[in-house]
Amino acid sequence: MSRLIAMCLMALGAFVAPAAHAQNGPLKIEITDGVIEPLPYAGPDFVAESSAAAGMAAQLARVVAEDLSGTGLFREVPKEAFISQITSFASPVEFSDWKAINAQALITGAVDLAAGGRLVVKFRVYDVFAGQEIGSGLQFVGTQDGWRRMAHKVADAVYSRITGEGGYFDSRVVFVAESGPKNERKKRLAIMDYDGANVQYLTDSRSIVLAPRFSPTGDRVLYTSYESGFPRIYVLDVASVGKRALENQEGTMSFAPRFAPDGRTVVYSLTQGGNTDIYAMDIASGAAQRLTSAPSIETAPSFSPDGGQIVFESDRSGAPQLYIMPAAGGEAKRISFGQGRYGTPVWSPRGDLIAFTKQSKGRFHIGVMRTDGSEERLLTASFLDEGPTWAPNGRVIMFTRETQGAGGQASLYSVDITGRNVKRVRTEGGASDPAWSPLQN
Amino acid sequence: MLHKEHIGHYVSGAGHLGLIGWMLFGGWLSPNPDPVEVSEVSVISGAEYAALVAEAAAPKAASEAPQVPQAAAPDEAPAPPQTEQAEQAERPITPPDAVPEPRAEAAPDVSQLAPPPQAEAQEEAPDAPPAPRTDIAVLAPEVSARPQPRPTPRVAPTPVARPAPEAKVDDAVREAAEPAPQADAPPQKEQQATAPQEAAVQTALENEPAKAAPLTSLRPKSRPAQAAPKPAEAEKPVQTAEKPAEKPAAKPADKPAANPAPKPAVKDAVKDALAEALGAAGAAEGATSQSGGNGTAASGPPLTAGERDDLRVAVSACWNVGALSSDAMRTTVTVAMSMGEDGRPITNSIRLAGFDGGSSASAQQAFDVARRAIIRCTKDGYNLPRDKYAQWRDIEMTFNPEKMRQR
Repeated sequence: MSRLIAMCLMALGAFVAPAAHAQNGPLKIEITDGVIEPLPYAGPDFVAESSAAAGMAAQLARVVAEDLSGTGLFREVPKEAFISQITSFASPVEFSDWKAINAQALITGAVDLAAGGRLVVKFRVYDVFAGQEIGSGLQFVGTQDGWRRMAHKVADAVYSRITGEGGYFDSRVVFVAESGPKNERKKRLAIMDYDGANVQYLTDSRSIVLAPRFSPTGDRVLYTSYESGFPRIYVLDVASVGKRALENQEGTMSFAPRFAPDGRTVVYSLTQGGNTDIYAMDIASGAAQRLTSAPSIETAPSFSPDGGQIVFESDRSGAPQLYIMPAAGGEAKRISFGQGRYGTPVWSPRGDLIAFTKQSKGRFHIGVMRTDGSEERLLTASFLDEGPTWAPNGRVIMFTRETQGAGGQASLYSVDITGRNVKRVRTEGGASDPAWSPLQN
Repeated sequence: MLHKEHIGHYVSGAGHLGLIGWMLFGGWLSPNPDPVEVSEVSVISGAEYAALVAEAAAPKAASEAPQVPQAAAPDEAPAPPQTEQAEQAERPITPPDAVPEPRAEAAPDVSQLAPPPQAEAQEEAPDAPPAPRTDIAVLAPEVSARPQPRPTPRVAPTPVARPAPEAKVDDAVREAAEPAPQADAPPQKEQQATAPQEAAVQTALENEPAKAAPLTSLRPKSRPAQAAPKPAEAEKPVQTAEKPAEKPAAKPADKPAANPAPKPAVKDAVKDALAEALGAAGAAEGATSQSGGNGTAASGPPLTAGERDDLRVAVSACWNVGALSSDAMRTTVTVAMSMGEDGRPITNSIRLAGFDGGSSASAQQAFDVARRAIIRCTKDGYNLPRDKYAQWRDIEMTFNPEKMRQR
């Protein structure tokens, strides 16, 4: 009996010992639940370090704030709530004043006009609750005309330091500007800042243009034009607005072009004899290579960032679905298996996701899936959403949304890849077929 | 005659009428009889009740907290604002005859700035306002208040009074612990001093059953053993041996003879096993405390599940991952820190202790967000029991965003 009791107590001891172990040393807590909210930040007007720069100070701060708040990841604390003001860029920051208004980040900046009319913009970002600067202060020097770009660059740097991923504000978008009634719509290529500012037209409206695509360096644009009466691919130099048609065979139609990551090769669809396949062409030599040879329609090719694979749309299974094949052609693997029709796939700049258009149950969606087809998520839904394009950082998607009816019009929208922050991009008139540029240098 | 023949009917009729009247007006057929509540009860012990109360104190917010509303499902995505489109619908754009060359904006030159000057009086910064109630409502049900201490003490409020006569035998104890036996003392005396020891314990228990609380009184004795040994405490084991030292003098030979039952042996085994178990626990405590950052052993009772959940919920309410990158959202970081006795973290002690699942850059981002959460939600200090400070002086918090990714 005594042995039995002793054994029981020893067994108890075996439990007691680890329990005691767990209760001592550093207290260990695991946090798995949190909140998803825009991060509140304070962006006081930049300090004008000369009277000539006074007009720029508030404008720069406004553009920076619009960039950050427009992402949906940040929320600007109203200036009326400020306890203290930033009157000197060199002064130390009173973190207590910014803590008190729950500003978790503080952006300070200064503007000056240097000799020769050069605009000088400098800024710092602070983690208010840690009481320290995030990264180091930066200074940009540029022309006065380029003040918006400088503001975008400041916003990119702030975004990058707080979120840990690259920004996308200093980028441009090429798109098809639309005007006129639906049955007599005029279309021409246009380019603008990502936020809709600084619109410039690249073509006139004498012929229909479709599906512009930036080169990896952002200096050229591929697009399809009906200038010759049939769809044909052109390459346009953005700086000079000069254009030339790519090599084309008689009696064929080529469309849906896209650059390879090296910028020297173009993949596109070519219709010949009633069959549409995907081809690759060396831009310099004009030599084309057929990548698919199926009786079905293969179109909308898009390279992976490493240039090793191509995702495209094919109806070889009876309905349009997404497939991936090697960049040199070969066996394709289907990756979309959901109900509905999938089209216009675009590989993310990060390489981890593929954006697409999906038509299901009478509605159109913009969605994303992993490159193996898993984790499909539909981000939007409307009467007509189509043509996704990725922001340079792979975090935001811009697309075309068209409203229903005779008076329906196409507009550009953007959405975060989480499905949040669906918002319209400001454009003058209708707009469709957006293509996002890489970040500018 | 005829009347007599019907007398039975009259009696029967009168009886029935009376019965019907009583049923109608006497309340016998009351339509709503009072309900009788029946509930099952079971008898539990005090220890079971204490365990139940301890469990109820833990709100289990981490696993059972209501989910944050999901982002708008694709099917529920808001329709584009019609007003803006309507405004722009009739705005024809005249195509230019010739397309002008787009202006190329020169890229600005970039240079780094020197570090900024530091402000003074950072330590006196007022605390941030508390997190919005909406956050707390999402993450921490407001019913997570800790239960009030029970008025009835579970442990004897006052220590068990030492038995006066037995306690005054210090001299005898020292003599018994003397390694060198006295020259004139027979060796049997030492055997007597140890043999009745068990008998004395038994006797004491039997004599003072109300005061004895073996389970609660034995536990504190093991803890000093893991700390730095003190001379006074080192004699404690001998103190148990001294009780008998007096007893044997009274009845040295009677006890073994009168009561040779195995009970002393059982008690001895129980005592040994308990000492071994608690000693192992003490050893584990010591080992843990040495790896615990400041090298001091935590003492006092451990935090209850409810107290830990209080801290977890408080930090969760300020852990805002809304601006984290996709990579950082796949990175689990462990943040170590030291706490002040006021329940506030010592800011400059907050450090990244480790990370899993991401790059060092994403870990740094995740750490920044975690540190912000820890600092933001400590207005008056975290709600931690001050009497258990040693238990939470050093804290390691692991921030795992896996659940947040799926929202």
